[in-house]
Amino acid sequence: MGTLKGADFISTVGMERKQIEEVLSSAEKMDGIFRKKEHLTELKGKVMASLFYEPSTRTQFSFTTAMRKLGGEILGFSDPKTSSHSKGETLHDTIKAMEPQVDCFVMRHPNEGAAAWAAAVADVPVINAGDGNNQHPTQAMLDLYTIKKEKKKIDGLTVLMLGDLKYGRTVHSLSYALSKFEDVKLQYYSPLQLRFPSFMLNDLRNECKVEELPSLDFSKADVIYATRIQKERIEDPEEYKKASYIIDGEMMKTAKPDAMLMHPLPRVDEIATEVDLDKRAKYFEQEANGIPTRMAILSLILNG
Amino acid sequence: MPKNTEKDMLKVKKIESGIVIDHIPQGRAVRLLSILGIDETFKATISVLINVPSATSGLKDIIKIEGRDLKKKELEKIALVAPYATINVIKDYEVIEKYKVKLPDLLDGVVPCPNPNCITNKEGQSKLHIKERNPLKLQCNYCEKVYGEADFKF
Repeated sequence: MGTLKGADFISTVGMERKQIEEVLSSAEKMDGIFRKKEHLTELKGKVMASLFYEPSTRTQFSFTTAMRKLGGEILGFSDPKTSSHSKGETLHDTIKAMEPQVDCFVMRHPNEGAAAWAAAVADVPVINAGDGNNQHPTQAMLDLYTIKKEKKKIDGLTVLMLGDLKYGRTVHSLSYALSKFEDVKLQYYSPLQLRFPSFMLNDLRNECKVEELPSLDFSKADVIYATRIQKERIEDPEEYKKASYIIDGEMMKTAKPDAMLMHPLPRVDEIATEVDLDKRAKYFEQEANGIPTRMAILSLILNG
Repeated sequence: MPKNTEKDMLKVKKIESGIVIDHIPQGRAVRLLSILGIDETFKATISVLINVPSATSGLKDIIKIEGRDLKKKELEKIALVAPYATINVIKDYEVIEKYKVKLPDLLDGVVPCPNPNCITNKEGQSKLHIKERNPLKLQCNYCEKVYGEADFKF
């Protein structure tokens, strides 16, 4: 039995390498099934509650598809306006009301800590599909799976993250997950207003090499992880203009020949479409890896 | 000159019953009063001494509150801003009990999480654990953000 059976999946901060490897290994098996368009029945009779208090297309579809591929059923909402939340129901009460009908919760919520709170309330496992600007641990797993698939390893890699590092939950989750591996080097580049949170940098410095780059430099990175800078995060339009970046063909010339370019998507202007043809652009594969990775997580938690 | 006046007396006279919070770091007495919810509407006498010479730590603050006891959660709040404070319980002008405050490893519902977007500011109860004691760093068990003493508002 795996270590994740019956466990909550809230944050990568306290995750162990062994648990991450369990997910990656299971994702590889699920990937084969997914690519062959096969279905499993291992979660037949199990129900996943899908509570999306914030809009999401990819993550929600990905979880829904993953659960269906495993033979399970889904109930829930994708628009809180259609739930009792709109009548003022607390998260606590929603969890308690739905709990008898379901085997796990998958939840996205605009407040940081919401998934941990739901986990404290629920007697069944809670999977965090994004809590405010804090964590998005299943995204980190699919990111790592993509890296492992491409590079055949995670130990020893240099990973550059850029964009909105302050509010970007994907970079927070990925950084902590990477820090569980050996000789990993994390590089960060962002506008000053959107720097990676200092308390997280302090945590990560205890685990691996961490560097904040003074200028955008692709030359050392094995993995370039770009994220979107949301306009509303920077009030001054001039500052926003200065802070925003576009990765184009010219910039990619400065990256290693075997570097990988990733992005949690959706992108807006961060990556020019001409880069899509570059064999180092892996963001669409990364996105597709969401389904087998989430199949793995659901299977490990609900079946062991 | 009568005996026991200027020389023997503290700048503020002894209290009959209540508490004396001693060894408050210099300049934090007012913040501490705010933590205890004590303001001008409080019925009994409060004496606040700021910049009192201390044998061990240069200058310190002292608060004397008449007719008031402290609850466990209040003591934990005091420990947050005055980790080395001493509480003297006074009855009939005598110190009947003296102890140091202690900041527990987990602050359960003692202070709100400073992150306004933390779920515990919408529902439930805050839980913060000590990440580091010196300098003090507390981490929210829910939103995982880390805060220093100055980040807490009372």
